[in-house]
Amino acid sequence: MPDEPILKVDGVSKHFKVGGRTLRAVERVSFDLGAGETLGIVGESGSGKSTLGRLVLRLLEADEGRVVFQGEDLAKLASNELRSRRRDMQIIFQDPLASLNPRMTVGAAIEDAMVVQKIGRSASERRHRTEGLLERVGLQPSAVDAYPFELSGGQQQRVGIARALSLGPKLVVCDEPLSALDVSVQVQIIQLLQELQRELGITYLFISHNLGVVQLISDTVVVLYLGEVVEQAGADELFERPQHPYTQALMRSVLKVPEELEKRAPLVALAGEMPSPLSPPSGCPYHPRCPLAMDRCKEEKPLLRTVSEGHMAACHKAGEAVTMGSAPAVLVTPSELAAS
Amino acid sequence: MADELLSVEDLHVEFERGDSKVYAVNGASFSVGPGETLGIVGESGSGKSVSVLSVMGLLRGSGQVTGGTAMFMGKDLLKLRRRQLEDIRGRDIGMIFQDPMSSLNPTMRIGDQIMEGMLSHQYTSRKGAFNRTLQLLDEVGIPEGKARFRSYPHEFSGGMRQRVMIAMAVACEPQLLIADEPTTALDVTVQTQILVLLRQLQLKGRMGIILITHDFGVATNVCDRIIVMYAGKVMESAPLVDFLARPAHPYTVGLKGSVIEVGTKAHQLRAIPGMATALTEPPRACPFAERCQLAADRCLEELPPLRPLGLGHYVACHRAEEVLAAAGTTVGAQVGGPVGGQVGGQVGGQVAQGVTARA
Amino acid sequence: MAVVSATVGPGVRVPRRHAQWWLAWRRYKRNKLAVAGAACVAVYLVLGLIGPWVAPQNYAQANFLYANHPPSLRFPFGTDGLGHDMLSQVLWSMRNAIEITFGASLLSFAIGVTLGLWGGLRGGVADMVIMRLVDFMFAIPQFFLSLFLVVAMGRTVWPILLAIGIPGWAQYARLVRGLVLGMRNGEMVEAARAFGASRAHIARRYLLPNVSNSMLVQIAFGIPVDLTVMAGLSVVGLGLRPPLPSFGNMIAQAGANVLGYPWLMYFPAAIFAVILLSFLFVADGLQEALNPRAEDGGRRARRFGFGARGRLF
Repeated sequence: MPDEPILKVDGVSKHFKVGGRTLRAVERVSFDLGAGETLGIVGESGSGKSTLGRLVLRLLEADEGRVVFQGEDLAKLASNELRSRRRDMQIIFQDPLASLNPRMTVGAAIEDAMVVQKIGRSASERRHRTEGLLERVGLQPSAVDAYPFELSGGQQQRVGIARALSLGPKLVVCDEPLSALDVSVQVQIIQLLQELQRELGITYLFISHNLGVVQLISDTVVVLYLGEVVEQAGADELFERPQHPYTQALMRSVLKVPEELEKRAPLVALAGEMPSPLSPPSGCPYHPRCPLAMDRCKEEKPLLRTVSEGHMAACHKAGEAVTMGSAPAVLVTPSELAAS
Repeated sequence: MADELLSVEDLHVEFERGDSKVYAVNGASFSVGPGETLGIVGESGSGKSVSVLSVMGLLRGSGQVTGGTAMFMGKDLLKLRRRQLEDIRGRDIGMIFQDPMSSLNPTMRIGDQIMEGMLSHQYTSRKGAFNRTLQLLDEVGIPEGKARFRSYPHEFSGGMRQRVMIAMAVACEPQLLIADEPTTALDVTVQTQILVLLRQLQLKGRMGIILITHDFGVATNVCDRIIVMYAGKVMESAPLVDFLARPAHPYTVGLKGSVIEVGTKAHQLRAIPGMATALTEPPRACPFAERCQLAADRCLEELPPLRPLGLGHYVACHRAEEVLAAAGTTVGAQVGGPVGGQVGGQVGGQVAQGVTARA
Repeated sequence: MAVVSATVGPGVRVPRRHAQWWLAWRRYKRNKLAVAGAACVAVYLVLGLIGPWVAPQNYAQANFLYANHPPSLRFPFGTDGLGHDMLSQVLWSMRNAIEITFGASLLSFAIGVTLGLWGGLRGGVADMVIMRLVDFMFAIPQFFLSLFLVVAMGRTVWPILLAIGIPGWAQYARLVRGLVLGMRNGEMVEAARAFGASRAHIARRYLLPNVSNSMLVQIAFGIPVDLTVMAGLSVVGLGLRPPLPSFGNMIAQAGANVLGYPWLMYFPAAIFAVILLSFLFVADGLQEALNPRAEDGGRRARRFGFGARGRLF
């Protein structure tokens, strides 16, 4: 990246205490994000992706590591300084209804953010801005008087986006913004997010479990497993040439809509589930499920290393010609289906 | 007709909402045969869950079935008394839901929960139920069944809980399994495990499955026939082969164009404008017309009947032929053409009768 | 692409003003007992307010000529051994009951909400101290605390109000703290923190409005409890000092004479029972109307006993 990145995440970790035990939510994660770009973070539930989003915004305090946003180490800011910086970094939530105050109208919700950040000189100026924002995100300005529960899921998400935009942020963390929405609405929202990025040059940290969505919107993708980065690469590179067996497994698990019946691939189920982050395995966190695991993987944690230009993976075997066709656990072929 | 397990015809369901009514299901018809997997897809509010739950007598709140029949093993489920229906539910018809945690009793050992269903339906003796539970735990992929028998639901992961739910659902060897968004709450890697498990159980007992889902990837990978619902009506009912290659309803085409998966490029995405709204009066015109790019005057005036378009392929759209033509296929080419050995040619036949009779 | 912003103009229904209250009222209306209860409570409040002016006699006015007079046109509820007109006694009792129970509930509410909100939001030592205090309050039957305070402070209106109100705060504190803890790490508060809202701002604009419904319900459940405590104090001889009238005094005295002069028991006891039940029905209705997703269990428990304050005596 030629320019100084707008966001530098450097060796950030977060551990939670759960009933006397340590839950390793995020473990030494590092990445840079250039202004106006989108970094996708992919992982299953329990991978620490949402925690990472909170750490980046310092909604949670990191145990170690630094988050440098616009050249400032966020951890070093006093709380009032941090609050004033918040206008530059915003968040959109998975469940827009839960993120809105049920007692506030849409207008009040958006204006409250502006009041807190002292944007707009008067209430009427803020109201005017709010109506403009609502129109920009595809709602009618009359929605200012609606309560969140009167809106559909997609409309609620638009309100969440409008509230984030009202502060003119440089960075927006999108935490699974589509997963509570219907497919037809997902497309509307993702197109809106892309338009806004083109117009306003916003930088996105886009957290999702949906590989397709992440590929669509991201420039760079980070794959998390048990709180650790297992692979990182440009979006197209990652999805065309995944190097880590976990990334490969994820991609194989996604059920694609086949173009025609004959092209329907066999259902392949991978054995095992993600281990509990309370008791992560030794060595490589993925080794208990990995079809390629060798003795070394159980003992020595593979470091994230560059396998090709801009493509990093944390696997002892990464870079070797890893095949996608490793032995699947269970297989049901289309012919078996037809025979039924 | 005789080989259908469950055949629902012209089902109507209404909800009271304050002073007004919401018409959730408006003349839906569908049926499923032994060994067949029927997928019901649609967005939230399309009536896909309500139409199945109402047949099972599981409507919550103010929901009320106001018309239709649901024949299962020679009986109309909608006319049965509560007690009789409860007898069928859990024994002849198994059910699994999206959130296993809310269907499991958190204070009861999972083994006891699995046994309970068998004992209350007098499926087998206590000893038999115990042995069958161990066998079930093994079948659904929960290792060390004897030890796990004594575990509580919270000790299990989401995927394992769903396996327990499946064990409970199939304990009495039901002929029909209803799966309402069974994998929505699960991670992708676990999702496939559950779908494979369902398929294995189905192959064993020629069980019919109704899979309710909003996920096209899931539906197209496990179903034999797919029904697309919108505003409580069946928009299209097609064998998988036609659903994939010859979708004939603009809504089906729109939904398929909205699916974002790996490899989807931004320019390929087609958003369906607007959103589905709840019907406060019964539909008199095509309910999709206001969002439809192809809507003509006729669509705004006349309710399109569900009509046959090809072998086992039914669609409720006035302009279905044009949709097909636009996709580069002609209608004539596919009528009588090979349907890929798919199951359930008659399914749609009934569907059509049910709705056309009404329309 | 323009499709998204141009043609998606979903018809947002402009809501009636105060739509939520309107919806709550519609849910409330469905509960017929609650509506009847509300009517009774309204009558009670009006009578309590105007009672002292419409009462035929002053509460202290004794008329030995008409001692122990059975109900008649002149004395609809009869008279007691000192010739007090029982109708007047009931009206004055209502006034006293309203002053004491509403005052006591507001006092409990004010102390409890302040401490609960503070503890829940701050966490740490402050929260721990408050919660230990709450545990302490729950460990001692509230009635005995009230008893103790009455002995210490006296038996007129204000001391009794304080004696009932002060021990009641723990209920509110625990409820508010629980609700705040539930919301504190939720996405609503997280969103507010994310746009830079201070803790005080979050408490005022996000937390308080969302606990107000539960508080209203809790007050509605609290008032009949306070009524019972007040009557209980009288029964053990530590209620309002006669001649100040109260339901407890009347019932306690009538108990001694129930065979000879049963009307002394009938009217006060029946009216007291109706008031208690009305408040419970109202509280129940409010619970359903304001917290429609609240669990059934708690509601039923409160309906058939005094629920949260089960260890009343």
